[in-house]
Amino acid sequence: MIPIGYYLILSGILFTLGIIAFFIKKDLITMFMSIEIMLNSANLAFIAFSRNLLSINGQIVVFFIITLAAAEACLGLAIILLIFRQRKTIRSEEINLMKG
Amino acid sequence: MYYFLFLILSIMAVGGVIGMILSRNQAYNALFLVLSFASLGGLYALLDAPFIATIQIIIYAGAIIVLFLFVIMIINLKKGLPQERKKWIPYLAIFLGVIFLFQIIYPVISNLIFFKQQKGIIEGSPLNLGSALFSEYLYPFEITSLIIIIALIGAVVLLKRKGAK
Repeated sequence: MIPIGYYLILSGILFTLGIIAFFIKKDLITMFMSIEIMLNSANLAFIAFSRNLLSINGQIVVFFIITLAAAEACLGLAIILLIFRQRKTIRSEEINLMKG
Repeated sequence: MYYFLFLILSIMAVGGVIGMILSRNQAYNALFLVLSFASLGGLYALLDAPFIATIQIIIYAGAIIVLFLFVIMIINLKKGLPQERKKWIPYLAIFLGVIFLFQIIYPVISNLIFFKQQKGIIEGSPLNLGSALFSEYLYPFEITSLIIIIALIGAVVLLKRKGAK
């Protein structure tokens, strides 16, 4: 079988790529997608540990995380649509009301 | 065989995310994300979690990405994506990201890399997950349903126009 370290390294690589995508990208929708990537890398680490410890609790945590990600996507996309409706833009640079 | 599948699926997952970073079309970004999430579902199946693999593909690669595609379709930017940010910001992000990656990977390499998986069998079937969910994790499950209802009502309230009846 594959050692657990490989899965953890893959999870770390995905998390780092999510962070890099969050900082490089400029439109709000793609930034939101990179948050989903980070959640998925955490899920991968949970399932790898769950397999290694022969316990089902990690899979239940992943079930809750997926449910919360669905709720979060629902609310986040509603907020993005609201911003687009009021400002006619989804560039993160132009939403600088609190910049001072 | 396991190593071959793991290699293929992990290359697909990382390649999907890298394609999402490099592409500038929002719809293509969502489709690259489908590739990445589906291969992550394959990895979950490789880790003896068939139910989680199924709901990963159905909910993530199905429902959430379709929601993203609907919002991309509604917004429908006429002018295309905005111009690049200042030049040094991507390089700074990649530099800090590489440092962060080493910080994450260093404890794994120094301690866990030769830690073999245990021999036994874990039952990730829907039967076991359901019985654990409705006995041991009953209260978190009910709270999750409350959170979903709040998200539903919140989305409707946020997007309701002022004059609409």
